[in-house]
Amino acid sequence: MKRAFSLALLLAVACGGDRRETPAGAGAPSGSSNKAITIKGSDTMVILGQRFAEEYMKNNPGVVIHVNGGGSGTGIAALINGTVDLAQSSRPMKDGEKADVEKKRNAQLNETPVALDALAVFVNESNKVHALTLDQLAQIYTGKITNWTQVGGADAQIVLYGRENSSGTYEYFKEHVLAKADFAPRTQTLQGTAAVINAVSRDVNGIGYGGIAYAQGVRPIGVKKDAGSPAVEPTEANVANGTYPVARYLYFYWISTASPQLQQFVQWATSPDGQKMVENVGYFPLPEKTRTSTQ
Amino acid sequence: MNDRRKVDLTRGVKGRFIRDRLMTVVFTGAGWFAILFIALIFVFTFREALPIFTDPEVSKEANLHEFFVKRVEGETIEQQFVWQPVGEVPKFSFIPLILGTLKATFVGLLFACPIGVAAALFSSEFAPPKLREWIKPTIELLAGIPSVVLGFFALLVLASWLQNTFGFTYRLNAWNAGLALGIALLPVVFTISEDGMSSVPRHYREGSLALGASRFQTAWKVVLPAALPAVFASFVLAFGRAIGETMILLMAGGNAAITSFSLSDPLRTLSATIAAELGEVVFGDPHYSALFFMGTLLFVLTFVSNSAGQWVIGRMQRRMQGES
Repeated sequence: MKRAFSLALLLAVACGGDRRETPAGAGAPSGSSNKAITIKGSDTMVILGQRFAEEYMKNNPGVVIHVNGGGSGTGIAALINGTVDLAQSSRPMKDGEKADVEKKRNAQLNETPVALDALAVFVNESNKVHALTLDQLAQIYTGKITNWTQVGGADAQIVLYGRENSSGTYEYFKEHVLAKADFAPRTQTLQGTAAVINAVSRDVNGIGYGGIAYAQGVRPIGVKKDAGSPAVEPTEANVANGTYPVARYLYFYWISTASPQLQQFVQWATSPDGQKMVENVGYFPLPEKTRTSTQ
Repeated sequence: MNDRRKVDLTRGVKGRFIRDRLMTVVFTGAGWFAILFIALIFVFTFREALPIFTDPEVSKEANLHEFFVKRVEGETIEQQFVWQPVGEVPKFSFIPLILGTLKATFVGLLFACPIGVAAALFSSEFAPPKLREWIKPTIELLAGIPSVVLGFFALLVLASWLQNTFGFTYRLNAWNAGLALGIALLPVVFTISEDGMSSVPRHYREGSLALGASRFQTAWKVVLPAALPAVFASFVLAFGRAIGETMILLMAGGNAAITSFSLSDPLRTLSATIAAELGEVVFGDPHYSALFFMGTLLFVLTFVSNSAGQWVIGRMQRRMQGES
């Protein structure tokens, strides 16, 4: 009997939680169709998502959007489980994940790139190293190069900073820079790009990676595709023309049975108005070509 | 007149009796609820870890051999015991995480135990009553600092200070995390030790002083040994608190799963690993079960050390009451 009672208690708590998710929606004029849109995912994209939401809600009164972080993997898992309407991801979804969504939600999955991000590599401002090749980066992060002298810097041990393995940035870096090799165990994993930047700004021998929008107090270095090619800085022009080797799209994932409000929101995000927000936050807007092709 | 008063009286008694019964049931129920919840939490945690033993898909990648014994190829132990749960070939060695937990706990206890016991001895034996009224609540107030605040302090202030003072290669390391953890452990050690010392019967001290011992000798050679079970219990409880502590170590430890015995290297603890990775992990994955197994391990460890601590305290209290 006690168990039955505790079950009832849990249920009551769960129901209370459910109701809390749509506080403003209930008060909105048009009633039940006005359920809040919930967004979750990439920590890299939290600020972007929030700006999108603020601006969109300002122009479309009655629409309520909640944005949460947690990591791309977290957002995707939530989309699979059906606890959010839209997942923000800083990496493309894996085939297995796509199949999971379509199976569990019984609907078609939509992928919409909303911004371009250059994954910058940061060093402390006092560091003498100004450029690294992709190969050097891989060797540094897999622990084969351990001293800054080996890449033309001061004689000091390289202190590695990275992201948790729930992060899209982690997976992107692992796949595109490390060629899927494991990070060195000595990589200190921190919660969020802001924490990585903060750590590198305080550590003269530190190196870190993350979205370009966060680069403050540290110096992004130029990246060379190989030893012979020129060092490319992570600037908009270089990212847009494809010469910067570590750039990626940031994605919205949503299912086709989503509410019309959500579909309008996604459409707005890729419109010129939405892309202005992308620039404001510090990412790069989609190239014109991609913008039309996603529609 | 008389009759009516009699009736009123019995009715009042009856009402009180019912209220008493009701309250007893409510409180007993609340107590059992707490126990039930703990049991259910344990059952749930363990159930999620169970596929390690039962599901062949899961146990192929995550099993006890993988967790505690397996070495991958490499020259140093750092390369042999690896926690890399996401990748082509996931590696699930608990060794670097257990080592990280023990390192942080060791530094934390190294800091909190001597200071906590010394402070307790001072507070119970030497401090004037006025001062004592200040010291005890102040140190106990430390327990009220949210661990995220301690972690933040260690991350920004303590780490820089330690690095500048001692020239560590890594800003975030076992010393930094352990010291911050020690601040959280201090009130645990202090409070329980102090209670133990205060409850040492007065005639112990009087006897000692009467024999010509100084106050210091009395404190050191009579009170401290008499309160030793409490001091020991405080260490055990602090140990339980330390291995379960999450936020401080997540923020101040650097979170690098290194199999290294050096205290100036970064560390990653079991609890911080669960906190950092559980949000992302795919339901039913070997990684998922491994994290829950880790949770079960932590649960058992803290449960055992807390029970041991409480048992010692209870025994000591009974003994003191019997003697005084």
